[in-house]
Amino acid sequence: MDFNDTPEEAKFRKEAFEWLKANAELKEGPKDSWRASSEEEGLKEVKIWQKKLHEGGWACLHWPKTYGGRESTPIERVIWGQEVSKFKVPGGYLEIGQGMAGPVMMMYATEEQKERYLPPMATGEEIWCQLFSEPAAGSDVAGIKTKAELEGDTWTINGQKVWTSGAHFSDYGILVTRSDPSAPKHKGLTFFFVDMKSPGIEVKPIKQISGGANFNEVYFTDVKIPDSQRLGAVGDGWKVSLTTLMNERLAVGDASGPDFQEAFSLARGQDLNGKLAIENDAVREKLADWYCQQSGLKYAKYRNISALSRGETPGPQSSITKIVSGNKLQEIANFGLDMLDSAGILRSDEEGAEQSMYQYGFYGAAGIRIAGGTDEILKNIISEQVLGMPQDMRADKGLPFNEIPTGNK
Amino acid sequence: MNFEFSADQMQLKDIARKFLEKEEAVKRARNVLEGEASYDEDLWAQIIEMGFTATAIPEEYGGLGLGYLELCVIAEELGRSLAPTPFSSSVYLATEAILNYGDDSLKQAYLPGFASGEKIGAFAHSESNTSPTEANINCAYSDGSLTGTKIAVVDGDIANTFIVTANNGSGVGLYLVDSSSEGVEITEQSTLDPSRSHASIVFNNSKAIELNSDWSNVQNLLDRAAVLFSFEQLGGAEACMDMAKEYAMGRYAFGRSIASFQAIKHKLADMYIAVELARSNCYYGAWALSTDAPELPTAAATCRVSASQAYHECSKENIQTHGGMGFTWEFDCHLYYRRCRQLAANIGSQAIWKDKLIGSLERANQI
Repeated sequence: MDFNDTPEEAKFRKEAFEWLKANAELKEGPKDSWRASSEEEGLKEVKIWQKKLHEGGWACLHWPKTYGGRESTPIERVIWGQEVSKFKVPGGYLEIGQGMAGPVMMMYATEEQKERYLPPMATGEEIWCQLFSEPAAGSDVAGIKTKAELEGDTWTINGQKVWTSGAHFSDYGILVTRSDPSAPKHKGLTFFFVDMKSPGIEVKPIKQISGGANFNEVYFTDVKIPDSQRLGAVGDGWKVSLTTLMNERLAVGDASGPDFQEAFSLARGQDLNGKLAIENDAVREKLADWYCQQSGLKYAKYRNISALSRGETPGPQSSITKIVSGNKLQEIANFGLDMLDSAGILRSDEEGAEQSMYQYGFYGAAGIRIAGGTDEILKNIISEQVLGMPQDMRADKGLPFNEIPTGNK
Repeated sequence: MNFEFSADQMQLKDIARKFLEKEEAVKRARNVLEGEASYDEDLWAQIIEMGFTATAIPEEYGGLGLGYLELCVIAEELGRSLAPTPFSSSVYLATEAILNYGDDSLKQAYLPGFASGEKIGAFAHSESNTSPTEANINCAYSDGSLTGTKIAVVDGDIANTFIVTANNGSGVGLYLVDSSSEGVEITEQSTLDPSRSHASIVFNNSKAIELNSDWSNVQNLLDRAAVLFSFEQLGGAEACMDMAKEYAMGRYAFGRSIASFQAIKHKLADMYIAVELARSNCYYGAWALSTDAPELPTAAATCRVSASQAYHECSKENIQTHGGMGFTWEFDCHLYYRRCRQLAANIGSQAIWKDKLIGSLERANQI
């Protein structure tokens, strides 16, 4: 039992680090990270960086080389992630395309389409989004209503998507629609990719509880999609969706925000009733709980990496990451604000200020516990797919979709 | 990265598991609980025969010279099967105290006996219903003899060798007292988990051997033992999760398996989360113990807290999942519920270990 690389892993790590050192700036400390002045600026910087990665052979590590990837092993992806985190490099914007749309295109698009769309996805020239959730279909994502009707070789799309990250700057999107409302829920779906500049697509930002707007509503009014942009057979849209949902769960990992370290150093410097907060037993007990959770997730990850290192498929431990880290973040954020006593209610927007970090966590955690599968859906997944317990009984099973009861929310 | 037990260690784990299943260790725990015996002598003899007590004792002292990783996997299986023997007291505490703080002649005199099972050890530490500190330990040592009273000594009425904490006037350290020494009076104590025996022990000018130790060594002994106890707790927690799932799958209510209700599924998912966190933290503890890492105090407290939480969660929710049947004497749920409490109590409370964890992080200034 050790934490050491195999000789091959060490060689790959060295190669990755040296390339990064020649092309990027090392972080000065753990809190030193890349930050863009605006979304537009960030997008620009991400594209420049992605182009550099691509030229150096470090784009889309898991993709085939033909489409601009590196054909790396899973353990190499992990090592790359560890090395890249030491550097101040741009991130975001491209993950949905490269992590979710890319794999689906590889599996279902024609060879000609793959050659056209995958390389610009790898270089960052074209950005993709994912159009799945709808106002009445979140956890029950197969319950989507956006209508697709075929006439000749052209589909006409009408409906509304929601929670679409990056729709406003995306070039293309992957889209799941209902092509047969008289078939049972999972049977009447059809999957497409769509040009986001198509006439009839309207993108509206959603204002979140934090006041920010990271997601959008996307309206489709008589949007035309050629049948050649269908991915998978008509009616097979659910099967195609599952490919990307699996990838989404892998992609949504640790909640970012203040963690044990931040709460611990806050408690060591913060006055609480005339003493340092760290001397308060209630504070110590909470800190110990968070340390154990953080440590448990860290070493669960190491166990996963070890499995990858041996060439095995990792166990299901990763399914617990988001549940544990999302709830921990919510508690730590609440603690951080509580430490400020009555002043914890005051808003601070000062960049990098400790208070704004906890504020961000206060809002952010509420979203993380929902995004990419709610805590409740993830617990269903653990109990069904890991523990092998039966599915919940479904009131809509076998019913034609258009006869399934709907509520008023 | 290789943060996993080796194939050989996993094989040893498998052997231990199959052996304890074949010997129906859980049923034996019930027999001890219901009967007069303090432990299962036959199972203990077989455990010795398997070489488990000799695992981490070096070959020069009659042991097998394997490492602590091997001991960890055995501990997990003993915990899973509720094995009613003095293994933990004898191996994790007494053997370790002599191995780490005894001089060579003491090791020569005692360790072969611990390896062969002829010696059975117990750790006599608590004196009252508060956690032992260097200030409140009243047992006193001077001029080769020890006087004082210890309570809730696990396996106290089984052991023939006691490792006792006592003050010699300048501080608290570890002492060895043979049960045959004059002035040793052992009284069995009734507990919440009668499948494990406990006793109070009075020492009255009893002959004692001083181990080369102070209060920090007492803490180190507890840290080392905590890792091994955590593996027992992990095994017990996982057993409860498996029991709860199996029962829920076969129990029908409202025309369907209760395992199909989200209330039950989410309960099981919570158990799974607790067990996975505990297992990962236990591996961290195993790594620290086996490599003598400076992080041991942090790692030990982390796995101890995490495994205690997991066992608590799983043993109580196992009863809940079983409904009324879980509250009966006939079902085994209560055996685990009791053992969970026993293991949580035997080397100090949650509050103490959480405080130790934060204290070790403060000292290490690792953050």
